Amino acid sequence: MHPLRKQRLQLVILLVVATSLVVGLVLYMLRENGNFFYTPAEIIGGEAPRDVYLRAGGMVVDGSLQRAEDSLWVQFKVTDGIETLTVEYSGILPDLFAEGEAAIASGIVDDNLVLQASEILAKHDENYTPPEVADAMNEAYKQKQENKEGSL
Amino acid sequence: MNLFSDWTWFHRLGSPRWFYQNSGRWLPWLSVVTLVVLATGLVWGLAFAPADAKQGNSFRIIYIHVPASFLALAGYYIMAIAGAVGLIWKMKLSYMVMKSAAPIGAVLTFIALFTGAVWGKPTWGTYWVWDARITSMLILLFLYAGVMALQYAYHSVDAASKAGAILALVGTVNIPIIYKSVDWWYTLHQPATIKLTSAPSMHPDMFQPLLVMIAGFYLFYALVLILQTRNEILRRERNTSWVRELAAAKMTTNTIANEAKSE
Repeated sequence: MHPLRKQRLQLVILLVVATSLVVGLVLYMLRENGNFFYTPAEIIGGEAPRDVYLRAGGMVVDGSLQRAEDSLWVQFKVTDGIETLTVEYSGILPDLFAEGEAAIASGIVDDNLVLQASEILAKHDENYTPPEVADAMNEAYKQKQENKEGSL
Repeated sequence: MNLFSDWTWFHRLGSPRWFYQNSGRWLPWLSVVTLVVLATGLVWGLAFAPADAKQGNSFRIIYIHVPASFLALAGYYIMAIAGAVGLIWKMKLSYMVMKSAAPIGAVLTFIALFTGAVWGKPTWGTYWVWDARITSMLILLFLYAGVMALQYAYHSVDAASKAGAILALVGTVNIPIIYKSVDWWYTLHQPATIKLTSAPSMHPDMFQPLLVMIAGFYLFYALVLILQTRNEILRRERNTSWVRELAAAKMTTNTIANEAKSE
């Protein structure tokens, strides 16, 4: 390789490495600030700020969803596997919102550690399955659970 | 001949004239293959692949969203590498490829963002949020726009090419950030379905048409990039004898054809 071209190649590599380093350090400095939501553990543990508008995300706990009979008010719990946070919301839930699925609630955490949400988003996972396959899988799972209970 | 001590082959490859004449021969074939693959993937994905258990038919937008996002990211590397080759070897053709790749990448990034917004409404419940994935993808659109703008910001083609190449290279840092954003931060966007190291978290009946669509988008990208680059070659080489001869030959055939028509 011609020495001049070799030098220019080195400059190009230096340019890419240097910008990666700079951006890498900036991102390292920002770390958690890049997160879109807090986990229930961060909110209950006091890591998240109080009395400000924030987002909390987690899995909607099975059987925790309660609806008011005369209004759009709902209450449910989200969990990250460590802590559980109660969310209250008045409005229409997204179509994909369901127990056992992930959701993100935005609002203010009140003194009773309940998130008074003004917006709920459903967070779906990266798995895609046809309905028949999903049904078959649920069926097999149920069967397995029953067998387990039978053998105990 | 040792390929690595003798670089003449590389310089011959960089001849705009050589590229124009050879690409012209492959174009009809490439167009037909691209059309067939895209049509197959689209019909398969939209009409024959099963619906998703949770999302129903709205998941089908994946057959446009994911291939467009793939090529928006891969196309950025193509643009940056073309820019680097231009900087190091002073190769004119390489700069033309870089300039041609910018608007194609910008459009693909826009398609990825737009289909994402359309898909986000029925699934997440919102068109847009400022999470790490979506924001870094928007930065990609601005980077493409920046490279495009720099091409018209200088009187000298050489200065514009150099500035564009430097911005393209600086921007490459954003590509791994976009790719890893869903793992590094909590985002609304879900993690990748297609993974490098493990099986895709998608049923094969849904995954196969997606692979066909990704292949189709790669072919389409190659096709549009070659067409754009050919235009750029003619524009920049318009004062060379071979382009003049080409234009003169075209004009003669057109005149003959017109005369034949009028008779």
